[in-house]
Amino acid sequence: MEELVQGTQTEELKPPVASVGFIGWIKYNLFNDVFNSFLTIIILYFLWKTVPPLFRWAFIDSVWHTTGTACRDATGACWSVISANLRFILFGFFPYELQWRPLLAMFILFVLLFISRDRKYWKKPLGYAWITGLFVMGLLMKGGLFGLTPVESTQWGGLPLTLLLSFFGLTAAYPLGVVLALGRQSKMPAVKLLCVIYIELIRGVPLISLLFMASIIFPLFLPEGVTINKILRAQVAIILFTAAYIAEVVRGGLQGMTLGQYEAAESLGLNYYLTMRLIILPQALKIVIPPTVSILISAFKDTSLVVIIALFDLLKTTQSVLSNPEWMGFSREAYIFIAILYFLGCFSMSNYSRKLEKELSRGD
Amino acid sequence: MPLANTDSIEKNLPEKVPFWLDPKKRSIIAQLFVFCMVGLLGYYLISNTLENLERQSIATGFGFLHKESSFEIGESLISYSAADSYGRALLVGTLNTLIVSFIGIIFTIILGAFIGVARLSTNWLVSKLAAVYIEVMQDIPVLLQLFFWYAIFYETLPSPRQALSPAKGVFLCNRGVAFAIPEAHPAHVYMGLAFLAGCIIIYLLRRWARKRHDRTGKPFPVFSVSICILVGLPLLTWWAGGAPTKMNVPKLAVFNFQGGLTVSPEFMALLLGLVLYTAAFVAEVVRAGIQSVSKGQTEAAMSLGLRPPLVLNLVILPQALRVIIPPLTSQLLNLTKNSSLAVAIGYPDFVSVANTTINQTGQAIEGVALIMAVYLIFSLSTSAFMNWYNKKTVLVER
Repeated sequence: MEELVQGTQTEELKPPVASVGFIGWIKYNLFNDVFNSFLTIIILYFLWKTVPPLFRWAFIDSVWHTTGTACRDATGACWSVISANLRFILFGFFPYELQWRPLLAMFILFVLLFISRDRKYWKKPLGYAWITGLFVMGLLMKGGLFGLTPVESTQWGGLPLTLLLSFFGLTAAYPLGVVLALGRQSKMPAVKLLCVIYIELIRGVPLISLLFMASIIFPLFLPEGVTINKILRAQVAIILFTAAYIAEVVRGGLQGMTLGQYEAAESLGLNYYLTMRLIILPQALKIVIPPTVSILISAFKDTSLVVIIALFDLLKTTQSVLSNPEWMGFSREAYIFIAILYFLGCFSMSNYSRKLEKELSRGD
Repeated sequence: MPLANTDSIEKNLPEKVPFWLDPKKRSIIAQLFVFCMVGLLGYYLISNTLENLERQSIATGFGFLHKESSFEIGESLISYSAADSYGRALLVGTLNTLIVSFIGIIFTIILGAFIGVARLSTNWLVSKLAAVYIEVMQDIPVLLQLFFWYAIFYETLPSPRQALSPAKGVFLCNRGVAFAIPEAHPAHVYMGLAFLAGCIIIYLLRRWARKRHDRTGKPFPVFSVSICILVGLPLLTWWAGGAPTKMNVPKLAVFNFQGGLTVSPEFMALLLGLVLYTAAFVAEVVRAGIQSVSKGQTEAAMSLGLRPPLVLNLVILPQALRVIIPPLTSQLLNLTKNSSLAVAIGYPDFVSVANTTINQTGQAIEGVALIMAVYLIFSLSTSAFMNWYNKKTVLVER
């Protein structure tokens, strides 16, 4: 037996060069049949024609720190439009010497978001950290306490405003959406009817009509002498809009619950509120995390619509830079910069959702 | 014994359950409460509004629709001038919304299907390029994309005098794109009629072919015959109508192109932005739909001896479409709703015209109500179609 084992020692054959390693990969992924080879060649030619000139435009021929007039002579991209106006684009009309405050507030927000990425920190202390963080951020933006100069909310703008609208929009819309979803599943016909009407009405109209409503009609709803600031009105419109979409997603999760779960809760003697809080919602909300994140992403993108009612969010500050005669005509560079900011925000959210989905599907 | 026991229990129960412990009564009370709250809120808002309207002496009602609008609209499918009524102006806006949505939907489906299939390609380069496209386009706000394309059209393209001409009879400049179109000729009307007739013939042909197939099992090449009819009938009419070939070529006048068909930069930017953005979402829908049909289905169909086109037509597509159509319609509805962003780049769509109307008449409530009503009609009719389609294609289980 031993002899046999020893006797079978033969020279190991290496796999053919053409089927493993780099060459093998190319062969299987790019040139596996005639049509694919043809496609690959066409695409490579196309990339060769477009990427180097674009690269040249963006990095080699571009100018980074000049005045607008110097930009007009450059053949490449004029990134000076960003570098010269960065602080206005990011912070809008926030008083220049106080701009460290929104910067610090955004920093706190990012740190909190970064910590919240990891599910093992999803405990009470994190909740307290968020509450404190939100308070500090509000204080930094608004001022008026601890010797901070008060800043009117009409002066808020740029990235902090975009983040504020999306962040508060999402946090307030989420519970409202859950309540609406529960209402739509309710056995009480009147409650159900109201929720269905609300959800279908809001989902049927574009966000812009709600923003118009918030900016022109909402003041008419209030008694004489009462005014609500424009940012808050836009915020309410975004919340009401997002809540309807979240409600539909949560409804999907509720419908995914088997009847057995309800019956088990009932047989334990739990009432409606406890059944929902302890049994149904924790499971239902968990299975809808991925679609919820995609709603959050689109809500984040949709905050850019406040441009139309003339709030100075990130997009509007950029546009007002571009309406300055010195920087007129450099829209491409400015919009590309803003697009990169939005892309980073949305891409990290969607990546995170994918990661979370994987974690959850593994089962805890 | 057991009987007596239950009797005693029933005796121990109170005669009447108090109403706050009776679920039925409780739910009625809760509903009444909710209704009252909503009613009160509505009453409060409406009374405030009426008071405010009276104080600011804003007119109410839709009477303004008949008044003279006195503003011009850049693009219109029907004849319109500043002397026409607001109602007609809004109609022009609605038609503009419809045309941009309609053309956008067609291009979106084509581009989206193409990219969705490319995403599944075995060619690594093609698949990755499609993935990058989908990710990038989905993660940039559509409004920003509209601004970007508008800036490209407006700033980068030359003035009409130095217009680019990528092909004969096509001119690109910052006033839009000018095409050569065939000179008006009576034959064109007949060609359109012939096309319509072709569609009807094909519909009847399909019905007949299916019936015959069910009865005798003989297949009929419906697809190729349909193509022949659709192309052949109008061509035949064209030839019979004297084969007009004269083209209306755009010519440079003092400031702009005359003749031909000029499409404004606003329209181009809106169309391009909406199509490129929505196509990324449609691509994901198409990919998911194709992936939802398991490979066993293809193999089973092939082992039955069906040829690849028939496998696609009879086995893959019917199943994939059942998954694709519902999210696809909601994406296309999104495109229609997003076309309202036209107001930001100055394309006179419905929202934009309604906005001007609101600014001129001050009747904000009616204006916004009209905007909401028009979009609600679009979306409700779409969901009616969806319900009909879902009922038609629902999986019949044993």
